[in-house]
Amino acid sequence: MSHPDHPASPGTRPTHAHPNYILIWVFLAALTAVELSVAFLPWPKTVIILVLVGMAFWKAALVGLYYMHLRFEPKRLRILAIAPLPLFAVLVLAVITEYIW
Amino acid sequence: MAHAAAMHEDVMLPPPSREAGAGVYNEKLGMWIFLGSEVMFFTALIGTYVILRFAHPSSWKAPGQVLNIPVTAINTFLLICSSVTMVKAFAAAQDGLQRQLRLWLLATVIIGASFVGVQVYEYTHLIEKGFVPSEGLYGSTFYTMTGFHGFHVTMGVICMMFVTARAFQGKYTKDDHRGVEVIGLYWHFVDLVWIILFTIVYLI
Repeated sequence: MSHPDHPASPGTRPTHAHPNYILIWVFLAALTAVELSVAFLPWPKTVIILVLVGMAFWKAALVGLYYMHLRFEPKRLRILAIAPLPLFAVLVLAVITEYIW
Repeated sequence: MAHAAAMHEDVMLPPPSREAGAGVYNEKLGMWIFLGSEVMFFTALIGTYVILRFAHPSSWKAPGQVLNIPVTAINTFLLICSSVTMVKAFAAAQDGLQRQLRLWLLATVIIGASFVGVQVYEYTHLIEKGFVPSEGLYGSTFYTMTGFHGFHVTMGVICMMFVTARAFQGKYTKDDHRGVEVIGLYWHFVDLVWIILFTIVYLI
């Protein structure tokens, strides 16, 4: 279905080979299983939180880079997509530091 | 009159742009901007959660004490599965494989609706046990965060049903399948948010 307003329809044609989506799915499922195990280990609470948050961001990065194709998008779109993340980090770290120090 | 019309055109029509913009089509750019606003929305919720949790640690129970982690783990797995079916639908659209596109989209709708169903089941059991939104900070933050996420999933399923119906009508081709890509971006974002929420709400 070509659109008269978008004769070229940039972005709809694949510009790269499909990543191995199933392998990424296996990774995501495996990381979730590891998360479930780590949550109940007799480790210090701080260590568990750091490991779990790290793994959650790892999984989120896999989804963003491969399923949302950010890895293959033009640089300007990647900048647009990651622009809110520093704001996220500033807000969350600011409120955490308020209770740590 | 003709001169006036020509003048009007000169004034109203901008010259062709030489800027490539973000290098993507408008619907996709619009979705990414919308997702940026969604990041800030969920950031506000997560920031509030962090403040409340650090300020009142005794209000929270240990993981698994109130919330049913095995059921939620299954739900997390369902959402991860729906992300792979969605991206496979997009790949099928790119390759012009109509039958696979329809099947993968249908699978995504079914799995997404299952996620909502399991969440309703979880809520029902929690409320029966007396864990209600007015329970305290734990209850109110839990239902606010997971409820807003569930709302997003529900909206995603409704939009996905629309896209699936269009796919069955043959509206998406190898050359133009923007609808599939745009709803896919939203769907993966919802999965991404759940990955974070599952960790901080259920496991920590």
